[in-house]
Amino acid sequence: MSSIFIARATQVAARSLDGEMMIMSARDSTLFTLNPVGTVIWQSADGKTPLAEIVERKVCAEFEVDPAEAMKDAEGFVNDLASHGILVVSGDPIAPPRAAPGEAR
Amino acid sequence: MSLMQELGQRALDRGVPLSVQLDVTYRCNERCIHCYLDHDDHGEMTTAEIRDLLDELAEAGVFFLTLSGGEVFMRMDFFDIVEYARSLMFCVKIKTNAFMIREKEAERLRDLMVQDVQVSIYSHRPEVHDAITLLPGSLKRSVAGIRLLRSHGVKVVVANVLMMQNLGDHAGVKELAEKLGAEYTIDPTITPMMDGNRSVLRLGLGVPQLQDVFRSSDLVGDVDEFCAPPPGVNDDMLRELPCSAGHTACYISPYGDLFPCVQFPLPSGNVRQQKFMDIWQHSDQLNEVRSISLRDLPVCSGCDHVGTCSRCPGLAYLEGNMRGPSTQDCEKSFARTSIPSANMHLKKAYPAPRGLVQIAAARTA
Repeated sequence: MSSIFIARATQVAARSLDGEMMIMSARDSTLFTLNPVGTVIWQSADGKTPLAEIVERKVCAEFEVDPAEAMKDAEGFVNDLASHGILVVSGDPIAPPRAAPGEAR
Repeated sequence: MSLMQELGQRALDRGVPLSVQLDVTYRCNERCIHCYLDHDDHGEMTTAEIRDLLDELAEAGVFFLTLSGGEVFMRMDFFDIVEYARSLMFCVKIKTNAFMIREKEAERLRDLMVQDVQVSIYSHRPEVHDAITLLPGSLKRSVAGIRLLRSHGVKVVVANVLMMQNLGDHAGVKELAEKLGAEYTIDPTITPMMDGNRSVLRLGLGVPQLQDVFRSSDLVGDVDEFCAPPPGVNDDMLRELPCSAGHTACYISPYGDLFPCVQFPLPSGNVRQQKFMDIWQHSDQLNEVRSISLRDLPVCSGCDHVGTCSRCPGLAYLEGNMRGPSTQDCEKSFARTSIPSANMHLKKAYPAPRGLVQIAAARTA
């Protein structure tokens, strides 16, 4: 199975509020909030870590979920975010996005 | 409850400053007759100081960052500031007169993905607009700036401050905004100078003019709903907070002074001397502001309008008492409903009711 790589889009505003990301698309001003699992995936979207690794090391490690089920949900989630232009999804590693708030720059 | 309201409530519950307005300069190329600022430079924060401040604001959880002035483009480093703010993923809004926006600036603002750019337009007629800004050719340049922004896909909001000088022109400004593909907002509030000087208030609309504005369906939508008598006062209403100033929002001047809001100049600390979060969490002034609910307002808590009034605590503060009434908002409530506020009753400061006024008043009895 080919790997999926994800990166945070640059055309968004984003901030963590009480552990959950709020994200606004500059494209159409749509506001999104991500639940804690979605927040972990979004914050891990560095363009170079495969989604499967994010799910295994971050999602399954922090939340008690079945790995296969978690991966299936994660794929749906990242495709949904990509359709709104707030996440980039690719079969190849993606050039590094800007640091997420709270991350070292 | 909308998602935005839900986020606002969560921020309030957790003491998060969701929105900050940062004025990067008070210098300006216009000299608007109603402006509340002194345009001299008394020692603005440097680029490095602003970058450090933005780091602190991001860390504190600020999401909405409004960069304003003065005229923001008077700062040669303005794009450095915007670029840094966007790198920290703030939702950046900019207020400008657009006079200095040319092709290069419009492209840069598009590339930086700012949320929107708000431009003040006072009239669609140059002789009126330019007589307010005191800068010849300013309407032409501002409109050209808006056109460039729109041609690059940048969202623009035309802000139309109403005063006696441009009262008859709001329809023309609204039409101009539509032609330009910009949103339109109207504001009939003139703010006293930050030092408390109230002389500019003479430019503001009186009650008869406000009544005309509030009965224009083009501006307010459903006039009957907008001008409806206030509902009865209840305990839930009195538990409400006056506004977001100091609760989930604050204002920072070009000199680092922190206030609850740009219209509420209660000195609460200085970010050059203290960390932002230290001021936000521990300032006596902010904590006093936060302690006030509507039931604590000696005059307003007994007013029929308390649940629907646009009372601004900052304007009340500028009138001498942050727990007192804001006369400008009393006049707006009266202009909407024709029912005098408690403050107006106390001061016996309202015109005799006219025509339908008595019917509206009787319905609330």
